[in-house]
Amino acid sequence: MTFAAPAVRFRAVTRHFGPVKAVDGVDLEIAPGEFFSMLGPSGSGKTTCLRLIAGFDQPSSGEIEIFGVASAGVPPYARAVNTVFQDYALFPHMNVLDNVAYGLMVRGVGKRERHAKAAEALALVKLGQHGDRKPVQLSGGQRQRVALARALVNQPRVLLLDEPLGALDLKLREEMQVELKALQRKLGTAFVFVTHDQGEALSMSDRVAVFNEGKIVQVGPPEEIYERPRTEFVARFVGGSNVLPAAVARGLGGPDAPCSLRPEAIALLTGPAPEGQAALSAVIEDAQYHGAARRLLVAVAGAALRLAVSIPAGEGGGLGPGQAVTLGIPLSALWPMEGAR
Amino acid sequence: MRSDRASRPLKLAALGGLLFLHVPLLFVFLYAFTTEEKSYQFPPPGLTLKWFGVAFGRQDIWDAIGLSLRVAALATTVALVLGTLIAAALARRQFFGREAVSLLVILPIALPGIVTGIALRAAFNLMEIDYGLLTIILGHATFCIVVVYNNAVARFRRLSGSLVEASMDLGADGFQTFRYVILPNIATALLAGGMLAFALSFDEVIVTTFTAGQQSTLPIWMLSELVRPRQRPVTNVVAVFVILVTFLPILAAYYLTRDESGHK
Repeated sequence: MTFAAPAVRFRAVTRHFGPVKAVDGVDLEIAPGEFFSMLGPSGSGKTTCLRLIAGFDQPSSGEIEIFGVASAGVPPYARAVNTVFQDYALFPHMNVLDNVAYGLMVRGVGKRERHAKAAEALALVKLGQHGDRKPVQLSGGQRQRVALARALVNQPRVLLLDEPLGALDLKLREEMQVELKALQRKLGTAFVFVTHDQGEALSMSDRVAVFNEGKIVQVGPPEEIYERPRTEFVARFVGGSNVLPAAVARGLGGPDAPCSLRPEAIALLTGPAPEGQAALSAVIEDAQYHGAARRLLVAVAGAALRLAVSIPAGEGGGLGPGQAVTLGIPLSALWPMEGAR
Repeated sequence: MRSDRASRPLKLAALGGLLFLHVPLLFVFLYAFTTEEKSYQFPPPGLTLKWFGVAFGRQDIWDAIGLSLRVAALATTVALVLGTLIAAALARRQFFGREAVSLLVILPIALPGIVTGIALRAAFNLMEIDYGLLTIILGHATFCIVVVYNNAVARFRRLSGSLVEASMDLGADGFQTFRYVILPNIATALLAGGMLAFALSFDEVIVTTFTAGQQSTLPIWMLSELVRPRQRPVTNVVAVFVILVTFLPILAAYYLTRDESGHK
């Protein structure tokens, strides 16, 4: 092959459910071996996109290619993709080993060989010794690993993960995030990861697509999504950035556009504003200590605007509600965005 | 303090109800052994086992039993296939008119048998189908399907839709998905439904009278035998047999479904 086709390509893909446009003209390309996240609130179309790739659903219009092959009319069982379901969807009547071996079994792989491969896959997800248990006898985290092994044993070229960590508690989630990422690097399989958790998307992905109302609002590496949000929606959804109206940004000497401003970019001033910073007086409404950082909620004087401010915990020890402060806003931290979407 | 034990009058009422239901059955057993053959005398003038021998030697009884078993087996088979398909269609998808279709499927069991019988007879006439084994089976299948459907649909609803998707996703086609994922999960429901359907078919009278030709199924044979004043206890011997044949599958179905809820 002279030209490497993308693992997944969407061309103007739309999926309507009656009057609802669940997916509305989505174009995207996912590279082979890429960890690609689809991030968005519930109902934003990300899961529908995943189901379109898996073949559980067909686009109303547009085209989907998987490694350069048009997927229209190709049933799920003939696609080189496998899915890890949100509810795991383990077969309750089979033990763990047979669950994992299922994909090989239906392809006619002999019992000895498929059990050996299933055992390998279970070892890969660190569940080697649980093969003879039934899914009900496993914890949520273990079921998650079985679902992962069951998909991976088929050596898919694209692995689809539908909010796979959603049902796990925080500690387990963080462990699985690290493991998933390590696994993905090791296997070199393209992962398409659907989540509504921005932290998860940012920490694991090579690229993130932010979905809203059936459309992709922005695609890019995590840093870009976080630091240079294209719209107000992205700024607010991906990590609680402050959004300054155009008038306020202009008043500070910044661009004449709505701007995002990260809470940690704002400083507290004790003297006059240094070069490149604009001063803004405000009153503290709430102060919270978070260990590594101190988070303040401040009301800007003379404007109906509240800002979140994050400062190192060592600073501002005695600050509390009602106190007046002066904020130092670096003009370089004002990132101009498009309209409200 | 609230007592969780039932009061004495309630216990007596419950006992009375149970006796009312089951003591007559004991008479069926008792008269199978009586020496009096023209009328049912109580107490029986004497006890004998000879009617079992007589019943054993009568070819018309064997024919009736054979026909009933064949009808029940075939009607149950038809019901298992069609009932499962209906349940799968109605449980898995939302579509316009789903509730109406579901109601139409259940209706035959609510409809008086005599109405079903007349309707089927009219239909068979119209289609010029001769009355015989086929028409009896079709008649029985109308209500057997309902029993299978009811059992299967409840199980299908509990079966997570993503299991089917997971199976397809892992490379199984529709048939393999049915064979390896759906069937193992609905098997006990089908067994219970099938047994119930078999028992219902085995003792059905009303629809059968309208759809049978010259043949007699066992219940029809018994009905015709009762009006004859000869060898009455033979009917009782056969009735004992029917009670056992009907009761055992129902008991088994009961234990199968109970066992399963106990698992959870």
